[in-house]
Amino acid sequence: MSIQEVYSSLGLSDLEYDRILELMGRVPNYLELVMFSVMWSEHCGYKNSRPLLKRFPNKGARILQGPGENAGVIEVGKGWALVFKMESHNHPSAVEPYEGAATGVGGIIRDVLAMGARPIALLDSLRFGPLEEERNLYLFREVVRGIGGYGNAIGVPTVGGEVEFAAAYSGNPLVNAMCIGLVRAEDFLQACAVGEGNLVVLFGAKTGRDGIHGATFASDELTDESEKKRPNVQVGDPFAGKMLVECSLDLLKKNLLVSLQDLGAAGITSSASEMAAKGGVGIEIDIGKVPLREMGMKPWEIVISESQERMLAIVKPTDAEEVLRVVERFELGAAVIGRVTGHGDLRILHEGEVSGSVPARYLADAPVYEREVVAPEYLEEVQKRLDLEKVSRPQDYNAVLLRMLAHPNLCSRRSIFEQYDHQVGTNTVILPGADAAVIRIKGTALGFAVTTDCRGRHCYLDPRGGGVASVAEAYRNLSCVGAEPVAVTDCLNFGSPEKAGPYYQLAACIEGMAEACEALGTPVVSGNVSLYNETEEETVYPTPTVGMVGVFEDVGCRATPSIKRGGDEILLIGNFRPVLGGSEYLEIVHGSVTGTPLRTDLAAEKEVYDAVRRAISAGVVDTAHDLSGGGLAVALAEMALPGGIGVEARLLPEGRQDVALFGEVGGCVLLAVPEEKLGELKMLLEEVHYTRIGYTGGNRLKLSRLVDLELSELGKAYERDLFERHAPEGGYLG
Amino acid sequence: MRVGVTVFPGSNCERDALFAIERAGALPVELWHADGDLRSVDAVVVPGGFSYGDYLRPGAIARFSKVMTTLEDFAKDGGPILGICNGFQVLTEACLLPGALLRNVGMRFLCCSVTLRVETIKTPWTSLFEPSDRLVLPVAHNEGNYFADPWTLDELEAEGRVVLRYLDNPNGSSNDIAGICNAERNVVGIMPHPERFSDLTLGSVEGLKVFESVLSFVGTRV
Repeated sequence: MSIQEVYSSLGLSDLEYDRILELMGRVPNYLELVMFSVMWSEHCGYKNSRPLLKRFPNKGARILQGPGENAGVIEVGKGWALVFKMESHNHPSAVEPYEGAATGVGGIIRDVLAMGARPIALLDSLRFGPLEEERNLYLFREVVRGIGGYGNAIGVPTVGGEVEFAAAYSGNPLVNAMCIGLVRAEDFLQACAVGEGNLVVLFGAKTGRDGIHGATFASDELTDESEKKRPNVQVGDPFAGKMLVECSLDLLKKNLLVSLQDLGAAGITSSASEMAAKGGVGIEIDIGKVPLREMGMKPWEIVISESQERMLAIVKPTDAEEVLRVVERFELGAAVIGRVTGHGDLRILHEGEVSGSVPARYLADAPVYEREVVAPEYLEEVQKRLDLEKVSRPQDYNAVLLRMLAHPNLCSRRSIFEQYDHQVGTNTVILPGADAAVIRIKGTALGFAVTTDCRGRHCYLDPRGGGVASVAEAYRNLSCVGAEPVAVTDCLNFGSPEKAGPYYQLAACIEGMAEACEALGTPVVSGNVSLYNETEEETVYPTPTVGMVGVFEDVGCRATPSIKRGGDEILLIGNFRPVLGGSEYLEIVHGSVTGTPLRTDLAAEKEVYDAVRRAISAGVVDTAHDLSGGGLAVALAEMALPGGIGVEARLLPEGRQDVALFGEVGGCVLLAVPEEKLGELKMLLEEVHYTRIGYTGGNRLKLSRLVDLELSELGKAYERDLFERHAPEGGYLG
Repeated sequence: MRVGVTVFPGSNCERDALFAIERAGALPVELWHADGDLRSVDAVVVPGGFSYGDYLRPGAIARFSKVMTTLEDFAKDGGPILGICNGFQVLTEACLLPGALLRNVGMRFLCCSVTLRVETIKTPWTSLFEPSDRLVLPVAHNEGNYFADPWTLDELEAEGRVVLRYLDNPNGSSNDIAGICNAERNVVGIMPHPERFSDLTLGSVEGLKVFESVLSFVGTRV
């Protein structure tokens, strides 16, 4: 094999190989080339996204740690801090859904653990192709099982998330997992190797061949060949993961670690070189000391193995013995595999010889590609194609609403979240199914809320606007439970950056998100980029998932969508100007993904959301729900169904009633308030526009003269089991 | 009063149980699986989770741990023991309770709230309830489908040893059984999680009574 064939097979380009030659000043050996190839993959090196990511704001009053570490950190109060991050596991889940999803959960838990925090909540943002296709249903079922299989066993509650279905995700599902950890603000760690002579300890599971080249696999598009890469998918062991969490936290409590790092993509190579580069030191790894689970592994395999449930720690030589003793108590393996040196290289030793040695900072410094941002042609075309005159008006509004509520994009998520333990830890104050999950912090009145949101179809039709609206939606969801939004983690799922369309979508979505994060005061503190999400036939919708965290001074003052009393007045807060472009209604009922979706007026929307939060924090409002996918009719049904208390509302705008009922709008929130609290509420709303649209009570949903349905009938449509077989046309199965 | 909570590798509800015990007014004591010492506790909770990863069978490995040998003696001496969820599975594997817990009939993990009826108050863990009290508690399990041969079921029913019964059976359990006790009535196993409903911030304190019951029981026994 020629040298060119060698580096090409590792995924390195000619340009990249030349750069390696230049940096090293010599021809690298195979081991060194392998280390470069994994560290310079898109997954580890952010080659295409780094310049764009600079656009995100990342500073704020509560921000203790921004991007660049294993996870971001924000201050909550009373000395507590939250650590959080989101990461994708798309490609592994496409070929081996159970293990792909399970190890995605395990991986994000260890990112948070590496910051010294106890992982206390998980969320998952999922995308699949339509469930009528057997393969998509299989992927969906197994991914949900995998998330539960890992999360339930490790004892971290899965408290929320989202799922959507669209043809663009057929064959390339998206599996994004988010984890939140709790730590004392003064105790969080940075993964930085310091102290020449300190020892490197690898602990947890043994190292095998699983996951070799996972990082490179994740940085390529999916083809028929991908099935053969099934061995590239790691296998998770949540039991070992649980022991690793408890063991790491015990080591930290006993003050035995200088630094801690998880092993994820690119294994030892990534963890050790990142720690060395950050600390400005070198690390020597004696490959013969790494505990192995299979025979005959070559040094290059050992240094990039992605075997799960392992952590790397820097410890003082005097503490090493005690560290090994603690690890043994948790029935895990551990070995001193190396030491911190002054030479600045990641150096791999094997049987007393140097097998490879590369300055750590070179590995951390992947080349950066800046490309021209050109708007793709499809955009104007799909936006223009919507002609409202040609969208027929519903004959039967009841039937339309039932059909929409039964659609997989809008129906109840109960059949999913009941498979996740969402209560372990006894901190979950608002369970899944509300606008955001709410978690309390034991021993204080404090709490936090968390949500994941992304408007994929919107991002496809209008990438910049979709980026703005995705952040705004997360901000709105947190506000609707009463939390003050603080910061964002993101997971940017896109197609190949080497193609003009996906690259434009990436750049434009980031631009929109950054604009919204600035306007709303929610900086981005951590994140992950997943590119090459495409098959030979299809590219995914641009899907920049937003994970947003907000805080409560008093978690006792909160709201949920569920109507709690009859006789409450229903108020629509904000300027109600719904549009059909890019709406669920247009896709579900008219089979069309076209038009210009809703526009976000960030300043005006922020006023609405902040006013809603004021009212909830003051204890005046306990029932709030945002207007989102499916529009006003779906939102009111979602408020009525959980408590079994009906709604009678009249509609406001002139013109097409299907637009009013099912059109989508940003910046609007529904509240249900007892009459005696209206006065107080009006004061708290200040200048914010509101409309009184109806009352709660009875057991029917009545909207003007168009919709009149018993809640039990709505419930039958809404509470469907997503894992049961689906009607071919995706219609209402009731 | 001291109430112990066993901790196996893979237990994950032990801290929740310790927290609830403290809220009920007792001193919570952690009992590490590899220690054979019950640290002079007055009662023991075997908590939920996935001891040893639920590998082989839930509870099948944990039953061989050192703490279980001590727990068997504690049970023989009449010490109150409560197995919750995985703890119930461990107690059946250890033959401290009859029967077994099979996979849910829906073949899925299930986390939701269920409505239960208290079938007997003649156990240390239900002594403060009223007979036929209804309560709502969360369940979270993959193997909660209680199974026993017909003779054992008849015996459990005849001796009033069904402790909790589902009003809307979520997992296929025989006779809608959610919890049982041994013939001596000091060892109880239940699938629902009372420790999860022991704090008003989380919406309910219906489960706290289980822990208050054992405190009251131990108090009167002394």
